[in-house]
Formats: sequence, C-alpha cells, structure tokens
Amino acid sequence: MAETKTPEPQQSQSTEAGCPPRRSVEVIYERSLPGHRGYRLPRGAAARWEAAIDALPETLRRKRPPELPEVTEPEVVRHFIGISLLNHHVDRSLYPLGSCTMKYNPKINEELARLPGFALLHPQAPETSLQGILALLWRFERELACVVGMAAVSLHPAAGAQGEMLGMKLFRAYHRHRGHAKRKVLVPDSAHGTNPASVVLSGFEPVQIASGADGRMDLGAIRAAIDDDTAGIMVTNPNTLGLFEKEIAAVAEAIHAVDGLVYMDGANLNALVGLAQPGAMGVDIVHLNLHKTFSTPHGGGGPGSGPVAVTAELEPFLPVPIVERTEAGYRLEHGRPLSVGPLHPWCGNAGVVVRAFAYLHSLGAEGLAAVSRAAIVNANYLMKQVADSFPVAKREWCMHEFISSASWTKKHKVRVMDVAKRLLDFGFHAPTVSFPLIVPDALMIEPTETETRPTLDRFAAALREIAREVRESPERVQQAPHSTCVGRLNEAAAARRLRVRWQAAKERDDAGGA
Amino acid sequence: MEIREGLRYTKDHEWLRQEGDEVVIGITDYAQEQLSDIVFVELPEPGATLQAGDAFGSVEAVKAVADLYAPISGEVTAVNDAVADDPAIVNRSPYEDGWMVRAQAADAGEVESLLSAADYRALLEELGEASE
Amino acid sequence: MSNIGHTPQEERAMLAAIGADSFETLLDQVPSALRQQKPCDLPPAQSEFELRRTLSGLAAENYDPLRSLSFLGAGFYDHIIPAAIDQIVLRSEFYTAYTPYQAEVAQGTLTTIFEFQSLICALSGMEIANASMYDGASAAAEAMLLAGSATRSERVLLAESIHPRTRGVIETYLDGSALEVLTLPERKGQVDLAALEQALTEKPAAVLLQQPNFFGLLEPLDRVAELQQRLSAETHLVVSADPLSLALLAPPADFGAQTVIGDVQPLGIPPQFGGPSAGYFATRASHARRLPGRLVAEATDAEGRRGFVLTLQTREQHIRREKATSNICTNSALMALRATIFLSLLGPTGLQEMAALCAARGQQAAERLCGIRGVARRHAGPFWREFVLTLPREAEDAVERAYEAGGVLAGVPLSRFWPERRRELLVAVTEKRTPEEIETLAETLEKVLA
Repeated sequence: MAETKTPEPQQSQSTEAGCPPRRSVEVIYERSLPGHRGYRLPRGAAARWEAAIDALPETLRRKRPPELPEVTEPEVVRHFIGISLLNHHVDRSLYPLGSCTMKYNPKINEELARLPGFALLHPQAPETSLQGILALLWRFERELACVVGMAAVSLHPAAGAQGEMLGMKLFRAYHRHRGHAKRKVLVPDSAHGTNPASVVLSGFEPVQIASGADGRMDLGAIRAAIDDDTAGIMVTNPNTLGLFEKEIAAVAEAIHAVDGLVYMDGANLNALVGLAQPGAMGVDIVHLNLHKTFSTPHGGGGPGSGPVAVTAELEPFLPVPIVERTEAGYRLEHGRPLSVGPLHPWCGNAGVVVRAFAYLHSLGAEGLAAVSRAAIVNANYLMKQVADSFPVAKREWCMHEFISSASWTKKHKVRVMDVAKRLLDFGFHAPTVSFPLIVPDALMIEPTETETRPTLDRFAAALREIAREVRESPERVQQAPHSTCVGRLNEAAAARRLRVRWQAAKERDDAGGA
Repeated sequence: MEIREGLRYTKDHEWLRQEGDEVVIGITDYAQEQLSDIVFVELPEPGATLQAGDAFGSVEAVKAVADLYAPISGEVTAVNDAVADDPAIVNRSPYEDGWMVRAQAADAGEVESLLSAADYRALLEELGEASE
Repeated sequence: MSNIGHTPQEERAMLAAIGADSFETLLDQVPSALRQQKPCDLPPAQSEFELRRTLSGLAAENYDPLRSLSFLGAGFYDHIIPAAIDQIVLRSEFYTAYTPYQAEVAQGTLTTIFEFQSLICALSGMEIANASMYDGASAAAEAMLLAGSATRSERVLLAESIHPRTRGVIETYLDGSALEVLTLPERKGQVDLAALEQALTEKPAAVLLQQPNFFGLLEPLDRVAELQQRLSAETHLVVSADPLSLALLAPPADFGAQTVIGDVQPLGIPPQFGGPSAGYFATRASHARRLPGRLVAEATDAEGRRGFVLTLQTREQHIRREKATSNICTNSALMALRATIFLSLLGPTGLQEMAALCAARGQQAAERLCGIRGVARRHAGPFWREFVLTLPREAEDAVERAYEAGGVLAGVPLSRFWPERRRELLVAVTEKRTPEEIETLAETLEKVLA
C-alpha cells in the first residue's frame, strides 16, 4: 500500500482535534449559582400553587427542595456542548466496534421521526386518530418478516437483549403449550454474554457448547448434547467471529427432532440481508437490532429496538397488543390467550421504528442487499490489510466482521487494551476488545458498509504503525492514549472507592472523614 | 511471579497452608497477576461450610471476576476482613496479608491430594506461563 | 447508493486487491441451499424527497398533536419540552456514539450519565442509580428480581393500583423465575392497608407501590412504611415514583424504600406512541453489586484530574454471562440525556413550580368537571395531576365523541384495562393546560354527555 501515507497520531491539545486543554471534566452542578434558572413556566395561576400544594397530605410532602443545579439556559447549553466535544462518534470518524455495527445514521431519519404526527402521539388516543402510526407498524412488521423469511414479527422488544429474552419466553410458552418440561438451552461458547444471561432470566439452564477448530458450531458436540430435556439452542449467525454457521440447517434439524426450538441471535444480520434468510435455515425465532442493521442511532448506549420474527407456529405466543388490519381500519388486539403477555409499556420503541422504516424504504430490497454486500466487501478488504500486523484468527473469508489477535504483543509487555488505547491517538475508535472469549486477546473489527476505501486504508496503516511501535518503542503504546481529551483513568481505584453521584464538597469531606 | 515452597496448590490457582489443625486459603501470585487490579473480594461468614470443589466466594477485578473454589471441605473459622476492606492487599501480598479464609479441614487426607509447589509450577509451564 | 462507501468499480478494485475473483468468492462459506434466490417483495427504494412525502403522509393520518387538546395520561404525559433539549441531543457527538466502552473518548456520554445518576439520586433520595433502563415497566421488573436475590423470598406483592401494564410486564419478566406474583388489593383507589398488614406476615421479597398510583391518587406511603418496618423489615419496599412528582413529594428513601424506580418520560421526552422513553433505577449503596445495567463512577487520571468510567462491570452480561444481574446491554442513554438536560434547565424551583402547577390545574379541572351533571370523582383520596371520573355514559363512547367534536382528547377510559369499568375516565391535567382549555374540555364533555 505504497500510496497510503502512514498516518500521524494527532498532536496533544491541537485545535484540530477539537480538544480543550486537559483538565477535570466539568459536571453541571459546578455551574450552579443560587437563583439561576433555565426555563420559565407560564405565569398565570401562581396564586393557586400554594393552595394546591397545601391540598397534598402533609406527611407525604417534601420538606426541602431537591438538590438540582441552578443554571441558565445558555450555561446549560455551553455545558453540554462542552462535554459533547469529548466524545468520539460515527459522524467524526471510523467506529469499528465489532458486533455493534456503528454505521452512518442517515439524517433524514432524524427529521422524519421528529414530525409531531409521530413524536407527539399519545398511545391512548382513540384508534381512529392513530391510523398512520398503526399502518406504519403493521407494514413494517410485514416488511421485516419478508426480509428474514419468517411469518410474523413483534416490534415490542426495546433492544436486542430484550428480544432475546422474548425469545426465551417464547421457548417457555411453546413448551408449556406442548406439555413439555424442558430445561436446557444450548449456547455456543462464542455467543454474546446476553445469550446465557437471557437463558437464565427465563428459568432455563444454559449448556455451553465448545466451538470447533474452525470457530464454528461443532455439529457433533451439539448432537451429543441434545437430549429430551433440550428446549432449544441460541445460535448467532454469522457468529461473533464473523463466520457463517454452515451447519445451521443440520443443527436445526437435530434440535427439531426433539421438538426443540432454534433461536437465532440476529445481532449480525447486517451481513445477511438479501443474501440469506433465517427462515430458510430452520430458524424458529430471530431478533433484529434496528440500531445495528437498520441504521438507527446508538444514542450513547440506547435507545434501541430489537424486533423478533417467528414462524407461523409461534405467532400466537407473541406479546400483546398486536396491530390488526380490519375493514374498518387498523386496531390493537389485546386478547391473545396464548400470548407471553406484555413486554413493554405499549408497543415497543415506535420512535426508533419510524427511523428504521424510513431506512428500509430508502433502500428497498436491492438496496438492502447492496448494503450487506458492501459490509462484507469492506470487512474482507480490511481484514487483508490488517492481517500482516495483527494476525487474523481464522484463515478464511469473513462476513461483516473479523477477529484479529494481539497475543503477540504480550512478549513486548503490551496488552491488547494498550493497542486499543493507542488507536484512539490516531483519531479512530477502538475495536471491541477481548471478545469473543474463545480468541485470546481479540480485536473484533467491523467497519460497516458506510466506510470508504481510503478510510479503511488509514485505519490499517494505523494498526501497522502501532505494531511497529510495539516492537520498537512499546512504552509509547503502554502509556497510550496521549492525545485524547482525558488521559487513562484509574478504573480500579474508581471501583474500590465508588463515587456514583455528585456530592457537594462539604458532604464529600464528611464522607471522607468518616 | 512467585510460587512459594511449602504450600499446597489447586489447578484453580488457590494456595493452602497448613497451620496446626487449621488451614489458610488464598489465591496465588499468578492468579492475582492474571486478574490484575482486584477491586472486590466476597468472602463467606465464619461458620460457613466449605465443600471441596465448590465456590465459596469470588474475587473481582475491573473487567474479570473469578470464583474462589474450596480446595478442601471443612468449616470456615475466620475470614480476612482486611482484604474485604482493601482488596489491593491481595495484589500486593497474595501469600501473606492477602489470605482469604481460615478453616478447619474435615478430612486431613484431602490436603495431601492437592498439588505441591513443583506440581503447580509444572501446571503453569503447561499454560505457557513459566516463572523465572 | 448514497450511504455505501464505494462504487461498483471501486468494489472490483478492492476485491482484486485482496485476491477475490468476485463477491461470490467471499460467500463461499454460505451453503448454496441457504442462499436467498430472489429478493423479498418490498416497495421500491425512495429518494429522500419521496421518503419525506411518504412519512409526512402517514403522520398526517394521525391526529395532529399540535392542534389537539390532550388530557391523556396513564403513563405518558403531555408536558413541556424545552427547545434546548432537541438542539443538544441532535449533536452527533451524543446521538451517533455508543456505550462508552473507551472512556478516554467518551467523557461526554459518561459525564451525562453521571449527572443523570446524580439527579435521580437527588429526587429519589437514594444512594445509587444506574445509567437507565428501557422504561419504567422493565425497571420495575428488575427491581423485583433484585429483591428476590437479596431476600431469597419467593413472593412479590404488587399493589392493584400500579399501572396494569407495569404489572403485565413484571409477570412476563418473572415467568420462569422462582418468584411468584401476588396482588395487594386496592380500597377506594388506594392500597388496602388491612390487606397489606396480613400479606406482610408472609415476608414477601418486595412490595411494589406506584406513587402517585395509576388512578392518580397518592398512596399513604408513611403508613405503608410503618407497617412494613414493623412486620417485615427484610421486605423491599419498592416505589415506582413519577420523577416530576418528586419535586413536591418526599423522596421515597424517607419512607425506607429499598429501591425506587420509574419512567422519566415526563422529563422532556415526547410520548412517541409509547417509546422510546427511559426507566430509572435507584437503590441503596449496599445493593451496588446487584444493580442491573450500566453504572458510571468518578475516576482520576495519573495527574489527579477527574473523569468518569463505567464501573462494577463484572455484574454485567458481557463479563459474568449466565451469572449476570440482568441481561440488559443497550439501555436508553439518549432519553436519559433528555431528562438530564430537562432537570438542569428547570432546576429545583422550576421543577417545583411545574409540579405545583400540575396540582393546581388538576384540582381546578376536577372541580369544574364534577360540576357537570352525572359526573363525579370516582375516589375521594388526595391526587396530584390525574384523577378518575365516573361518567353518566360509557367512557369509550364519550372520548370518541369528544375527539370528533373538536379534537379534544378527554382522557383514558379505564375499560381499556378493566372491561367492567365502563363508565370511568382517567383525566390528566399538566402544567400546559390553561384555564380556558379546561373550560373547553368541560364544555365538550357537557355536550357529549348530554
């Protein structure tokens, strides 16, 4: 790659990086001044306030006002803009966090989701006045079902993990209906941590299955683990190593032979849209992360949306209420005797669904397939550029992401986390680190389809430069990052002496002296 | 990394020291190094029963957590409150100040079946972590 | 394709550069029997301009929230939303970032979470709060699980006067757990203290109350606390509290609550047809290691400068897997940020004025509406922002007519939750409703009930 210049790490405190000089990060309470306020309420009925408060039972009333900051609107805005500058984000540069699918979030989706006719809708308005949103939800359920090749979809889960939990509740409901008392759910050792956690949350027992040498499910091991007590299996496809589970259909057949169910974790579905459908793989239940595959923003940790698609056999068990289309229009059906019950205060994160609906309609079937294709091309291209500096775990083509290993840096006393931190100096977010657990010192890299070749080249060049540093000047890497807005923070000390809320100086001193 | 002579070890990286008719249990230098900065230690109450091979507590670092497995069966006679208050002691002094529990062994024979220092060294070498 | 990073020509060059003959080569691991043969049947792609027309069209098939007059509540409320909130959350730095795994480049998000935790502690009186849950209902379910694991009791007691959906979500969550759900009946719309006294002798893991409750009434938390502490000190008193009400009401910590949860939708979050919102989860410091979800703590760098980090991560699913306290991963950080900005703008005085204005308007509306022939309050107990009316005809019918008569969203018929409560209407009155608007509601109801 002679045409790619080795990137220079950003200089500390450069104005280009948008970084203020390093100092303690400000908390809104520190802008508080007595009597300041950032919002004025309508004046009017002021005289009645006191009487209204007096009407509340005295024993239940607050004695002192809550300790909230007192700040003017401009000061509030300056504070939040000020701290916002300390964030890395997709709109700044590459965010190759494996399995999280940090793709670009189209701006039009934000605009449309903010239309008052969506954003301000109250769920309890008369159904006749909600025909637009009910139609949107009804259509989107069917469009997603079409994408994954399944019979029905619930848009209720608020995130992927809640989708997984719904999947496990569906396992329970199905088996209860069939008169089974099955307890075990098989989970490959490469699974996301949410999988075994969801299994336990629903009263099942996870049985961990070791992956085969190629990083995929070991059909023999799975067959050996299956017995009459097997309620089903959770399969991530493509798996967390970025590999397609070739034996998924055979696994499904073996599970179905004991009347078990196959749950597919669709966190990585962005590799498959338009190319392969879970419905054709023998999958009974699959969740989709709209905040991954369908481009809705991650919001610093949420909100997400984790719709679940199921076979016709499982449809009666989906959570209520269900949007139905009748001759008189759309309506919500609450009475479904076999339903697992409600999962959400209403019908799921409709505001997130509106964004995903806009995304799906901006692409159509061919566009969605092109997205998956580009994600796969980008991942494979980047994998080849990275492999010479950080060896790739499995020597074959990958799907939408791949795993490199930083094991070799240990002999230079550099840990995988140091490599991740050094990447921050080059203006990139780090990949997912130390996951999946089955690859030592894993760097899980997912570029997504929205990145260009020059960006991928710059990222690969940065990793090459870091690999050189590990050999020649390891302390540079060990002490990274050098140019971020804050330095490495002492997480151990923070955990040992927990401070998880703002306390005024005096209160802190008292606590410290105690 | 230190492997102290005269102690007994388990493959789960705990050590055990015989003191009269009691035993003292802790985690090895290798274990504390693997976990790195320990931030929390969860220990049983005195009087609790240890069952060989079962978890009796846990050691938590920033991004890892390890269960403590009882090397032998017996009854807990004392726990080290100092490590509960200041878990960093385990990093500084895994074989001395960082001990975890003291117990009355139910079956003295169980102690004999544990690894010797040499056995434990061989185990670590197998893991590719030969000590200097 | 405007969001794809390369053209077909570039793709060919990239494939050539890595030694792949074609895209198909990369897919050789996908068995041909599993390949999708034909694209699924979706409508054709739309340009941005067309998309705006499609979605605006769908939005226009709903009621126009800017022209309607809303007295709807039951968990979602029409409160003020300061303009600064959207301007800030539309910063790419906030909405296009993810969970702050790399603290050095995520101090913006981490700081806002720390602030959210602090503000929630200030309102609830608790010592520790997490970075948010999906919503108030799932927070309630997680609180039941925490109580179960902390007390090892196998029953949880839910007041009949909590939101029926919250109860439903708890039942769904707990299906498969060791916890059995029992109901604490209501009496005159509030928790039945005699029944509570009896139920506490069974030493349940938790008693869950909502404050104000689903009917808008204030629960006698002082008397509940007295009974709980006397009869079953180990039981977790869990309060689902509207965060806005806590500007006027004593923090549940004062009544010995072990956990306080709720939904922050009233704090600057648009109702969005039911989601996304964010739940909050606050508890005692002694439960820190049982807390579900993300938690942010203060930390220092090598030079002693303060910053923030995710902490106690070993509770979480990505480390402890099947032994995790919860399976939650993605939460509702951006909605929690809205609440954080909201509380920062309002401050202690603004929030109190807002909550007091709700109370004043609520009382005003109740008085006025009870002047209509055949209309009366269903319960006599004290309320804050919301109350139940008994109507002389079916409530569902009345709200349909009121909407058709002039876009008045008069309230939520309780028959939607309890079919036998056909003539009961839940009315919410926020600080946004003027005396003139309350008069409009009254006149509309007079008309449709006549």
